Amino acid sequence: MNVLTDNWSLYGKGLLGTVELTVYASLLALVLGFVMASFRVAPVGSLRVLGTVWVAVLRNTPLTLLFFAVLLGLPRFGVVLPFQLFAVLALGCYTSAFICEAVRSGINTVPTGQGEAARSLGMTFTQTLGAIVLPQAFRSVIPPVGSTLIALAKNSAIAGSFSVTELLGAYKTLNELGYSIIWSFVWIAVGYLIVTLTISAVFNVLEKRWGVAR
Amino acid sequence: MAVDPLIELRNVNKHYGKLHVLKDIDLTVGRGEVVVVIGPSGSGKSTLCRTINRLEPVESGTITLDGHPLPDEGRELARLRAEVGMVFQSFNLFAHKTVLANVSLAQIKVRKRGKEEADKRSRELLERVGLLAHADKYPAQLSGGQQQRVAIARALAMDPKALLFDEPTSALDPEMINEVLEVMQQLARDGMTMVVVTHEMGFARSAANRVVFMADGRIVEDRTPEEFFTAPESDRAKDFLSKILKH
Repeated sequence: MNVLTDNWSLYGKGLLGTVELTVYASLLALVLGFVMASFRVAPVGSLRVLGTVWVAVLRNTPLTLLFFAVLLGLPRFGVVLPFQLFAVLALGCYTSAFICEAVRSGINTVPTGQGEAARSLGMTFTQTLGAIVLPQAFRSVIPPVGSTLIALAKNSAIAGSFSVTELLGAYKTLNELGYSIIWSFVWIAVGYLIVTLTISAVFNVLEKRWGVAR
Repeated sequence: MAVDPLIELRNVNKHYGKLHVLKDIDLTVGRGEVVVVIGPSGSGKSTLCRTINRLEPVESGTITLDGHPLPDEGRELARLRAEVGMVFQSFNLFAHKTVLANVSLAQIKVRKRGKEEADKRSRELLERVGLLAHADKYPAQLSGGQQQRVAIARALAMDPKALLFDEPTSALDPEMINEVLEVMQQLARDGMTMVVVTHEMGFARSAANRVVFMADGRIVEDRTPEEFFTAPESDRAKDFLSKILKH
């Protein structure tokens, strides 16, 4: 029971690590996801191919395999970065494929006529996407993007296996110190709940403020 | 024929899969002319209207606007599209923007006007279509007829050289059709070049300089409204008119 109070700093560091991974990887995933979704509906064929390949490769690769590829593969090509940054890259790129598909489904909810109207007024593809399509798509993708980011927060646990400080990794030390494994994990679970429930709360607020009025 | 051609289609052909929707279309619209396109559904009249600003690309033939051939998709095409307004059957107002913002948006983004200048112009145009009082509402709060008048104001805000109307009253309740037609009549009187795809024969009679009758992807007749409605030449047009003018 006192496993938490005895190990505040260990839990704290772990939680901070998970929060950092989640926040940075989420930002990367959101930016890449929106860019890739734009590519997938672009009038330029090569961009559409790039977006499609990006989604096909990343969405269909097991995340652990992707971590191996990034953390062990990239250094072979001379890319040497801190492990935490590698983990953010792997998590962010992986999740961006799911965000991309959520955003694309949102784009499909915007009536094509509005895009045609924008183009008939002389707006370019980028202007049409930025001013007409994405703002309306954004409203309908708030719930699925929220779910995807919660999944990202939980997926960040995999980074612990690659010696990145994060919440789940705290159990190894606690186990060696001889604490009850059950209570160690209960408090770890509470830590994850704090992160995921915060994400839920943020997305509830976003949905109230920006969600589609039906 | 028109002295000063603004829109010219030469030998235009288009297929949807195996369906040949536009067959060797030749059409010239002069500056200030009002051309009404009528015909049975599936005759290609909407497609014809949409090819003029290349919302539908064509396979062969040339389309020129004010002497410039339509370029491929890109900035050049966007620039040319800004010169040709379009009004759609389903209004297509931007649902997430107010009426005022709908009319101002392209002025700011495409014409690079300042927001205040754009809003001022938008208010003038909304006044002209009788909707200034609704400037701060969202499209969903307006009736169909009101939305269509906003759409006309939005197209006019670009100071276009010509306006294309793709069945502008077909999605409206009967009592709202007139408020839209009146705005269009006024535009015609003011000398706007217009291509109007419609089923409103009254409008065709009273506002058109020429009536183009299409059937099966071809232009069958291209004449003045009086000639067309009183003495259609082709059997196809006679058949069409007998069906729609009966009641």
